[in-house]
Amino acid sequence: MNALRAFWNRVRLFYESWPPLLRRLFVPALLVLFFILALVLPQAGVLNLYQQQVLIYVGINIILAASLNLVNGYMGEFSVGHAGFMAVGAYVASILTVWAFPRWGLGEYIPYLFPVALLLGGAAAGLTGLVVAFPSFRTRGDYLAIVTLAWNMIVKSVLENIDAIGGPRGFMGMQKLTTVAWVYVWVVVTIYLLRNLVYSNYGRGILSIREDEIASSLVSVDTRKVKITTFVVASFFAGIAGGLFAHIIQFINPRSFSILKSTDVLVMVYLGGIGSLGGSILGATVYTVLLELLRPLQVWRWVVGPLLLVLLMIFRPRGIMGMREWRFLVPREERSQAIASIKEHIRRKREAAAPVPVGGSSD
Amino acid sequence: MQGLIQQVLNALQLGSVYALIALGYTMVYGIITLINFAHGDIFMVSTYVAFFVGTAVISRALHLPGIVVFILTMLATMFATALLAVLIERFAYKPLRQAPRVSAVITALGVGLFLENFTLATIGPDPRFLPKFFPVVTFTWSGVAFSNIQIIIIAVSAVVMLLLDTIVRRTMVGMAMRAVSWDKFTAPLMGVPVDRIISITFALGASIAAIGGMLFGMVYTIDPYMGIRIGWWAFISAVVGGIGNIRGAMLGGFILGFVEIFTPVILPASTYRDFVAFSLLLVLLVFRPYGILGRPVAQKV
Amino acid sequence: MPLLRIRGLTHFFGGLRAVHDFNLDQEPGELIGIIGPNGAGKTTVFNLITGVYRPTEGEIFFNGHNLVGKRPDQIVSLGIARTFQTIRLFKNLSVLDNVRIAHFARTRYEVPAAMFRMPNYLREEAEVRERALELLDLMGLADQAEWVASSLPYGLQRRLEIARALACEPRLLLLDEPAAGMNPGEIAELMELIRWIRQQFDLTIILIEHQMRVVMGICERIKVLDFGETIAEGTPAEIQSNPRVIEAYLGEEAI
Repeated sequence: MNALRAFWNRVRLFYESWPPLLRRLFVPALLVLFFILALVLPQAGVLNLYQQQVLIYVGINIILAASLNLVNGYMGEFSVGHAGFMAVGAYVASILTVWAFPRWGLGEYIPYLFPVALLLGGAAAGLTGLVVAFPSFRTRGDYLAIVTLAWNMIVKSVLENIDAIGGPRGFMGMQKLTTVAWVYVWVVVTIYLLRNLVYSNYGRGILSIREDEIASSLVSVDTRKVKITTFVVASFFAGIAGGLFAHIIQFINPRSFSILKSTDVLVMVYLGGIGSLGGSILGATVYTVLLELLRPLQVWRWVVGPLLLVLLMIFRPRGIMGMREWRFLVPREERSQAIASIKEHIRRKREAAAPVPVGGSSD
Repeated sequence: MQGLIQQVLNALQLGSVYALIALGYTMVYGIITLINFAHGDIFMVSTYVAFFVGTAVISRALHLPGIVVFILTMLATMFATALLAVLIERFAYKPLRQAPRVSAVITALGVGLFLENFTLATIGPDPRFLPKFFPVVTFTWSGVAFSNIQIIIIAVSAVVMLLLDTIVRRTMVGMAMRAVSWDKFTAPLMGVPVDRIISITFALGASIAAIGGMLFGMVYTIDPYMGIRIGWWAFISAVVGGIGNIRGAMLGGFILGFVEIFTPVILPASTYRDFVAFSLLLVLLVFRPYGILGRPVAQKV
Repeated sequence: MPLLRIRGLTHFFGGLRAVHDFNLDQEPGELIGIIGPNGAGKTTVFNLITGVYRPTEGEIFFNGHNLVGKRPDQIVSLGIARTFQTIRLFKNLSVLDNVRIAHFARTRYEVPAAMFRMPNYLREEAEVRERALELLDLMGLADQAEWVASSLPYGLQRRLEIARALACEPRLLLLDEPAAGMNPGEIAELMELIRWIRQQFDLTIILIEHQMRVVMGICERIKVLDFGETIAEGTPAEIQSNPRVIEAYLGEEAI
C-alpha cells in the first residue's frame, strides 16, 4: 500500500513538472485517445465480443452509479428505485428504434438516430423523476425510500400489464446499437455534466440538503427546486443507461428492472463512495468486473453482492472514496491553487485600500 | 352474495398472514426506527424451517396425532427463526446503531437479499409443499365453502395478535419495549436493559412471522422468492397501518388482504395487484406519511 | 416606518402556548435583545419570523412584506438571515462552500447553464467565489477557507455561522445565543465582532442571549420573555431595575 502511494506521488511530481499548457491538455488528450481506442480495438479484433460486452456493462453501470450517487450520496436521500427510471428509458428508447423510427420512414437512419432515441428515453425517465421529486418535499428518509421502492414496483407492474409492449414476456427486436465507443462517449458526457452540476451553486444546494435541510432553507436554498433538479437529472441519466442497456442485450422484460437491479446500483454507489463521482466510476468498475470474475460460482455469485453490501456498511460505510474526489474531476478553478490566487488577489486589494482590522477594534 | 362472503373469507385468511408478518416490521421499526427489509426473507426462511422440521417429524413419526406434530413443528420453527433474527440483529444491525440510519436500512436490504440468494443457492428455486398436518375438511354452510385450515389460520392469527397486544400493553417486557421506543437514551438510566429488549423484540417479531409462515405454508407453496412477494405486501401493510403501531399493522394486513383478493374482482386481471397495492402505498405516503393509525413526528429545530 | 413590525404573534405547540401576543417595532439600524429563561419562547420567535413555523396567530411585516405563509428561503431572500443556538454548519463541507451556499437565492444562471459551463455560469461562479473569499477574509477565516467546517475550533465555527448569515446579504440579522459555550475572552471578542459587523454591513440586529453581559453591553432595547409572555421592555438600565424581571430572571442569575 505504501509502495503504491510512493509510486503515485512520484507520478504526480513528474506530472507537476510539466509545463502548464501540456498539463492543461493532458486530460482532454487522454480522453480522445481512449475514444480512439474504444473505436478501434473492437474493430481490430483486439477485444473479443465478451470483453466488449463487459466493458459496455461497466460503462452503463458507471452512468447508473454516478446518477444515483447524486441522490443518495450528494443529497443524502435514500432512493432504492433507480431501476424504475432505467426501465422507462429502456422501453422508450426501444420503442422508438423498433417501432417509431421505421414507421416514420426513418428505418435506414436508425444507427444515426440512436442518440436521439436515448435522449428521448432519458427525457421520459427524467419526467417520471417528478413522481419521486414531489413526494420528497414532504417525505424524507425512510419514508422517501419507501416511495422510491413503490415507484420501482409500480413501473414494473405497469410494464407487465401493457400487452402491446409484450407485458411480462418482454420486448425485443432492438438492433445491437450499443458499442464500446458509444458507451464511452455517454460515460464521459454523463460524468462531465454531473461534475459541472456538482460544482455549481445548485450542487452546493444539493449537498446542503444532505448536511442539514432546515439550515439550508435558512440560508436561502430553495430546497424544492434543488430536489426537483436532483431527481430529474438523476433519472434522466438512469434513462440513458436504460436505453444503452436495451440496445446491447436486445431483449428487455420488466423483471430486468426489479428491485434487485436497483440494489446492484446501490452496492456500486456505496462501494465506490458516497458524494464522489470518482467513487462511482471505481465502484461500478470494481463491482461489475468482480461479478464477471465470479461467474464460475454460478448461483452463489448472487450471494456475494448482498454480503459485500452488509460488510461495507459495517466496516466502511463511506465506501472507497467517501466524499473525496479525483483531482482531474475537480474543475480547475476550484482547485487549491486557484483559490489561493484569488485570496492573494483579495489581500493585495485590501492592502491597497485602507487597512480593515480583522474581527473588530475599529472604534 | 355467497361469492362475496367466500371472497371476504379468503381475504381474511390472507390478511391474517400479512398482519402477522407486518407485526415484525412494525415492532422493529417502533423500537429502533429501522425498516428491517430482511424481515420478509426471515419469514421465507421460517417456512423452509417448517418444511424440513415438519417433514422430519412426520417421517420419523411415531404416529403422533396431527395437532401434536403441528404444535411441535411450530415451536421448533419459532425458535429457529427467532434465533436467526437475533443473530442478524447482533452481527449486522447492532454495529450500526450509532451510524447514520441509512446505513442500517441498506444493511437490512443486503441481509434480505443475502438470505434469499443463499436459500436459492442451497435449496433451489423449485416451489415446495409443506407436509399435511391435518386432513382437509371442507364445510359448506348456506352455499359458502370453508375449510378447517381456513378456520385454523384465522383463529390462530387472532389469538396471536391478541396475545401480542396484551404483552405490549400489560407486561413488564412490553413496558420496557415501549420505554426503549420512546426514548432509548433515558430508558437505560431507568434500568431498562436496552440491548436485551431489542433482542427480545427481534425474537418476538420473528417468531410471529414464523407462525405466519407455517399458516401460509399450509395453503400455498413456498419458494425462495416469497420473501419479496409476500414480504413486501406485509411491509406495505405495516406502512399503511402506520409503521411502529401494532394495531396499525393488523389493520394494514387486513386491508392488503382485501386489496389482493378484490383486485381481480374489480380490475381485468390479477396482475394489477402489485400496481394497486403500491399505488395505494405511494398515495398514502404522500398525503399521510405516518399511516392510518400512526402519529406524525414533529421535527425539532 | 419600522423595518420589522410584529403584531399579536402567538404560537401553540399542540396545547402548549410557546409564544403569546408578541409585539415588536424595530427601526432600521436598531439592535434589540431578547432575554428570558429557558423555554421562554425566544427561539420560537426566531423560528416564526424565519418561516420555520407558521404562527397560530399574528402578523409579521418586514420592509412592507407580509412574512406569514412564506417559505424560509423566500424570507431569507427578502433580507433576513439568522444563526442557530446550537451550531448548524454544513459540517462536511468546506468553509468556503458553507459561505457560498448562502448565494443560492441570488443565482441567476439555470441548471443547464451550469451543466454545460455557459459563460454566464462561469462569470457568476467566479463572482461568488471572489465575494465569498472576500467575506471570509474580512471575518478572519480566509486561511481556513478550504478546511472542512467541522474541523474548525469552536469559536471559529461560531464566527463561520455569522459569516454564512452575512453572506445572505441581510438587512436584518437574527443572532440566537451567539455567546453560548464561549469563555469570557471569546465573549469580549464576540461583542466587538457584533458591533463591527453592525457598522460594516449596516445591519439591524435582534439578539437572543443568556449572557447578561452581552445583552446589557450592546443592546439599545431589551425585551424580556417568560413562559411566552412579554413581561418587560426597555433600555438595559430600565430592565435591570424592573422588579418583575429581577423576579423572573435576574433574581436567579444574581444568586
